[in-house]
Amino acid sequence: MARAKRVRVMPAKRNLELLMLLFTFGVYAFALAQVQLATIQVLNPEGWFFWSIPVLLATGFHILLRYKASDADPLLLPIGFFLNSLGVVMIYRLDLAKPLADLDRTVGQRQVIWMSIAMILGALVIWFVKNHLSLRKYIYISMALGVVLLVLPLLPVIGKTVSGAHLWVNLGPLSFQPGELAKIALTIFFAGYLSSRRESLAVVGRKVMGIRIPPARELGPIAFIWLASLAVLVLQRDLGTSLLYFGLFLVLIYVATARAFYVFVGLIMFVSGAVIASKFMSYVGGRLDGWLDPLNDANYSAVGGSYQIVQSMFGLAHGGLFGTGLGGGLPQIVPLANSDFIISAIGEELGLVGIFAVLSMYLLLVARALRIANAHADDFSKLLSVGLGFVIALQVFIVIGGVFRVVPLTGLTTPLLAAGGSSLVANWIIIALLLRLSDTLPKAGTVN
Amino acid sequence: MTPEIRRVANVILLMFLSLFIAASAMQVVNADSLSNDSRNQRAVFDGYKTQRGAILVENQPIAESVPSSDAYHFLRKYSGPQYSAITGFYSLYQGRTGLENYLDSSLRGDNSAQFFEQLNALFSGNPVTGASVELSIDEKVQQVAWDALGNNRGAVIAMDPTTGRIIALVSKPGFDPNLLSTHNTADASSNYKKLLTRSDAPLINRAISGDLYAPGSVFKLVVASAAFESGKYTPQSTLPNPARYTLPGTKTTITNSGESNCGGAKRVSIATALKLSCNIPFAQLGIALGQDAIAAQAKKFGFGESVAIPMKSTASVYPTDMDDAQTGISSFGQFDVRVSPLQMVMVSAAIANGGIQMQPYLVDQIFTSNLTLLQETKPTELRRSISTSTAESVRNMMIAAVAHGVSHNASIPGVVVEGKTGTAENGVGEPYTLWFTGFAPAKNPKVAIAVVVENGGGLGQAGRGNSVAAPIARQVMQAVLDK
Repeated sequence: MARAKRVRVMPAKRNLELLMLLFTFGVYAFALAQVQLATIQVLNPEGWFFWSIPVLLATGFHILLRYKASDADPLLLPIGFFLNSLGVVMIYRLDLAKPLADLDRTVGQRQVIWMSIAMILGALVIWFVKNHLSLRKYIYISMALGVVLLVLPLLPVIGKTVSGAHLWVNLGPLSFQPGELAKIALTIFFAGYLSSRRESLAVVGRKVMGIRIPPARELGPIAFIWLASLAVLVLQRDLGTSLLYFGLFLVLIYVATARAFYVFVGLIMFVSGAVIASKFMSYVGGRLDGWLDPLNDANYSAVGGSYQIVQSMFGLAHGGLFGTGLGGGLPQIVPLANSDFIISAIGEELGLVGIFAVLSMYLLLVARALRIANAHADDFSKLLSVGLGFVIALQVFIVIGGVFRVVPLTGLTTPLLAAGGSSLVANWIIIALLLRLSDTLPKAGTVN
Repeated sequence: MTPEIRRVANVILLMFLSLFIAASAMQVVNADSLSNDSRNQRAVFDGYKTQRGAILVENQPIAESVPSSDAYHFLRKYSGPQYSAITGFYSLYQGRTGLENYLDSSLRGDNSAQFFEQLNALFSGNPVTGASVELSIDEKVQQVAWDALGNNRGAVIAMDPTTGRIIALVSKPGFDPNLLSTHNTADASSNYKKLLTRSDAPLINRAISGDLYAPGSVFKLVVASAAFESGKYTPQSTLPNPARYTLPGTKTTITNSGESNCGGAKRVSIATALKLSCNIPFAQLGIALGQDAIAAQAKKFGFGESVAIPMKSTASVYPTDMDDAQTGISSFGQFDVRVSPLQMVMVSAAIANGGIQMQPYLVDQIFTSNLTLLQETKPTELRRSISTSTAESVRNMMIAAVAHGVSHNASIPGVVVEGKTGTAENGVGEPYTLWFTGFAPAKNPKVAIAVVVENGGGLGQAGRGNSVAAPIARQVMQAVLDK
């Protein structure tokens, strides 16, 4: 052959990605302008700050992918950017609704900075993790890191309590939710651990009444994770976080072993643990009452009662099918509208249509992760992709389900939308890992 | 692992499906009931975005929205307390009452009749301006009624008996709705608390929807109507006339007011008994007629039914399952008979209108900001309450009651006035509730009226319907006839 050196294939996927990115840039600009016109009636130059920095970084991210992961999935970056920028728009819009005297009118600016930092960290993951299989070397380090991150908020001095839950740490002027990063470390650990033990977990063991019970030594880690989840529930006082870790583990062990037994036992253990915990901890009981009957006057006026969710329900009903339009509603009435209840702000101003669009974006993101899992040949890659996809799906379900009263409210953040740096960093790292995973798929026709 | 991943995908799909369904339920299916929840401030905030329509009396606003420099753009302003029973209030924090509540969608511009204006607003970006409401109230008569009640607690309601147009509607004490429409949270809620806890309850609309009152002798109009409708009695039919009467099946005796024996003869006619307002003949008449006949007549006058003027009235009550003694006492408006002033003016108006009862109403017209007529009230018949001849008989007795009977303080020189007073007891030692209801003039009645004064008009048990309520009615009727 005349040109035997490295062939650079026309990166069709990258061109598709660029096209979709340009589209999301346009939507972002339009939404920012709409928010300014609807709330302050003029186009303010600070819109440039909001638009240009993320757009420059996303373009840089895209160029990096052309060189370092040219075969990566073309949808992940545009979906991530779309959701993240929509979140910035809503947070900025809520800032503008605050009275001028309010000191905290810069949540939107900070969110842009965090979005930038998160995208840079995601890009660094692409740069340094040439192949995700190298992560297998660090599975026990990952476990240790995950546990440390989980325990951090419970430590004196740096631990911080926000609305009853111990999910935060203070580092000087910055506060941080280490649980968000713990979910990546634990996913890597679960994927590595289960891919090496799946044989023994699946086939070894005595049969009792037709069900194969694995030996105690193999059940040990499950019991450990169960206890750790309960510890999170009891000590950090957050049902959502403990459900997230436990659910993630159950799904991965099921995919690894194909044994529904684990899911069954695991769910029974979790539900009984949670029921017992709710008997002893009043905050769980209050959450449950507020969930089951929020419009009841007693629950509505109780401290820590259903006031917040009822205000959010009013907002969502106000939005109806098509919403009030960006800047046209009153989402600022709902407490914590820019973090825990950002989906309610979106539902009020963009309507049910907007909610469906956001949910479809998440669903597409998760579907891409599962597709990557299916296409990979080795267990570790499969489990890692399923884990990263499922952790997003479950978190979306718990948080948005909390707002729409499918499940009780918890203290998790809405991935990519809610105000908060740690959550953005974690989710952009997940997107970066999925990009890497999709870039290293076995090529069609290659022998595995 | 592939089948397991597929199953996980199915589970994820189910989780998202539940979110799609829950979101649809909250934002579409249950949206209306959530929007109407009284704790939902969004409707109120939304309401301030557009200029709310005015409520007008003779083209002068008694409630209007004026531009304000704060976040709400408009402030609701009221002319003062004399219209508080009509307008109610419109408050950021305490919701809305009165016409502000019942005509909210029109005032807000959200009425289906304004569909094209809303469509225009959607495309042009100009907000819809609320529709304005022209009331049937006569400004002068309303003022006279307000002044005539003085410092008494009570209500006056006057209407045109031939159409049902309400000319005056006063409830005292009133309140200044401006105290509640202020945008200052602290002021509004402390004012509201004060009004709510005041012992004289100014927030209650005594004319239509307050606590109901014992009617006393004004209820004799209903019993007399039932008697004539039965065909067994005429105004000249006589009844035994003892000075004391023992209620059947009891040892309780009753007397006429002033312990007289009602004209001195052995027997007394129904006409004389009504003119002198005697209790004993009416107790016997009621027992003879039976509670079912009286209940049927009361129902034909509108008892047991809430009327929308458009504010909803409290339904008046004629008791059921009474023994003969209770039927007897209830026949002069005691025991558990309870009425609203609106109910009593509707009784008088039906008698004045030849037996046909008209639907009472407060709103003449509703029109948009560019004066397009959206809605105009046409007088409508509610029902025939009594026959023309019964109406004629009762009317003649009412003329006698005012001309030379116990209701004479309502007489106007040169005008034939029909009327009936009432002095209702409320329990041992309690001050009386004082009544007048009637209409004028005899031919072509122009005004029917009901006046109620609580607490004996401040005179304890010395107050009488004729001494306190009748003069108030006279002034209001005079004001109508002077026009």
